[in-house]
Amino acid sequence: MSIPSEDSMHAALVARHGEQNQKKISAATVAICGLGGIGSNVAVSLARAGIGRLILIDFDRVDVTNLHRQQYKAAQVGQLKTQALRDNLREIAPYVDICVHNVKLDADNAADYLSDADIVCEAFDNAECKAMLAECVLAQFKDKYLVACSGMAGFGSVNAITTRRISPRFYLSGDLKSDVNDGIGLVSSRVMLCAAHQAHTILRIIIGLTDV
Amino acid sequence: MIKVNQNYVDAAGKTLAEYLGTTSYDIKRIAVEINGQIVPKAEYAGTLLKDGDVVEVVSFVGGG
Repeated sequence: MSIPSEDSMHAALVARHGEQNQKKISAATVAICGLGGIGSNVAVSLARAGIGRLILIDFDRVDVTNLHRQQYKAAQVGQLKTQALRDNLREIAPYVDICVHNVKLDADNAADYLSDADIVCEAFDNAECKAMLAECVLAQFKDKYLVACSGMAGFGSVNAITTRRISPRFYLSGDLKSDVNDGIGLVSSRVMLCAAHQAHTILRIIIGLTDV
Repeated sequence: MIKVNQNYVDAAGKTLAEYLGTTSYDIKRIAVEINGQIVPKAEYAGTLLKDGDVVEVVSFVGGG
């Protein structure tokens, strides 16, 4: 099976994003913390955009309950998410540099895995883990951006999902209230919508458009 | 007065921990910035709110 050359894929991106923008995107490193509905979709968007390097972090395995909204295949149930997503991304965007860490991030180890990233994407499902990562990134790395999410469950309006810039390095996407723990299920299209907010925000930051 | 999430609150002189104790926030699920700077949870009790402070309390919900 032949695939397009790196040069031809790069040229296709330059034609759409512009040479200067693509140069920045191709030089950027983004860490994605959590490879569920948000993280796997953000990863696919960024890989398609020709991001330079992705650091993918998760400890979990693909489960049948993930398949409706996460970028895995039925045949990958049981595999580590880090490895399954890396395999899928390599089919989509073979020249993106992908680094995986099969680990559960916590307040003590997060800095070790995030130090190479320009931008950190918070894509956990657990609210306490989200708060932990926000505190960790914003307190320990004065030069990194954090693009986090909160509230994307259910069949609520697409237009309730927004992105706010909380402070110069802290962006937050979501409706801020639809909690999966309130018995509202996660719906693929709305989760992807929130992931698209985050992926697009990340690309805008990379090319220097830091407003929202 | 201080400003919390765009609303004026009479909490100057309290510590951040004291102020949060008057609210329904679940401490484990929040991240707090004062004047654009993150405040680690370990510093809530020792952080005094001053007149004019701008506080953002980000309360996370589950799902991702």
